[in-house]
Amino acid sequence: MVRLITHNMLACHVRNCNKDNFPLIFSEVELVIRETPENLDFIRRFLPKLDWTALVDTARSLGDTTLPDEQPVEMTDDQLRALHHVLMEMHVEEGNMTCRGCGHVYPISNGIPNMLLAEHEVGR
Amino acid sequence: MSRPEEISPPEIFYGDTEASKYTSNSRIQTIQAQMTERALELLALPPDESAFLLDIGCGSGLSGEILDEEGHVWVGVDIAPSMLEVALEREVEGDLFLHDIGQGFGFRPGTFDGAISISVLQWLLNADSTSHSPSARLTRFFTTLHASLRNPSRAVFQFYPSSDDQVTMITAAAQRAGFGGGIVVDYPNSKKARKMYLCLMVGQQQPDQSRIPQGLQHEGQV
Ligand SMILES: [Zn+2]
Repeated sequence: MVRLITHNMLACHVRNCNKDNFPLIFSEVELVIRETPENLDFIRRFLPKLDWTALVDTARSLGDTTLPDEQPVEMTDDQLRALHHVLMEMHVEEGNMTCRGCGHVYPISNGIPNMLLAEHEVGR
Repeated sequence: MSRPEEISPPEIFYGDTEASKYTSNSRIQTIQAQMTERALELLALPPDESAFLLDIGCGSGLSGEILDEEGHVWVGVDIAPSMLEVALEREVEGDLFLHDIGQGFGFRPGTFDGAISISVLQWLLNADSTSHSPSARLTRFFTTLHASLRNPSRAVFQFYPSSDDQVTMITAAAQRAGFGGGIVVDYPNSKKARKMYLCLMVGQQQPDQSRIPQGLQHEGQV
């Protein structure tokens, strides 16, 4: 149940990993689409928090090509709907999220990512 | 009666049996629901707007269900896999993460509009198998939480401290991490109904909301 809205907010939290630690890269993904009631106001208010490039790259890596390269200055309702679909309805159920910076792999099983770190990976 | 956090770490204590027992106990459900609603009230979110919230120690999704009902979008983290399993079965809407909050968060700056946590904070204070001290874990937790919250926003924790020293230690760690705010005690004179909330504030609050909220005095006020 990792939605892209959450994935777009998530960086690696391994100790001293602060370069190329976002976005985590999906692999071996099992994707499920779950329809969710639209709340376009929420999506509109969320826009400033998004890292657009990371979102577009991630969505495309999962097979969704509906988002434009550049974030539109003014979003039409249709564009917001496409964004709602990408952010709220694409669920990664199985797979891995890998950090490009340190190589840590966060496995996703049954929709739940395992974010636990080994003792030596924990920051101070 | 021993406190659960003194018996074993939460991922062990809330094994399969405790997880389903905890979730199906209707008294626990009712109290949990009341505390979640009170925590939401203390968050003082803009009315009639869906927010993006973090549920710290979301367990089996009892508080998450209320966030769902209120129309919020949320992420829940918990260290007990069997509690998360129950949350999955209950089909809550939030994204669930297996996470040890004492290891800190990796969420980007300003991610959340608020955070709530029900009956969890006291677990951070017991020393278990980890080589890290409770104070290091508290510091990492509050520092990374503070960074992941929007400015301005709040984080509200209902918790069961076992001593005044614990309250002091927790409050001091939160202040060092940059939080304002403080302790709210509801029904301070009732042995049964007394509840303690740590109401933390990030950044400059609305002028009429900058003071630590008053605790409730009389039962039935919620
Ligand atoms: Zn990393």
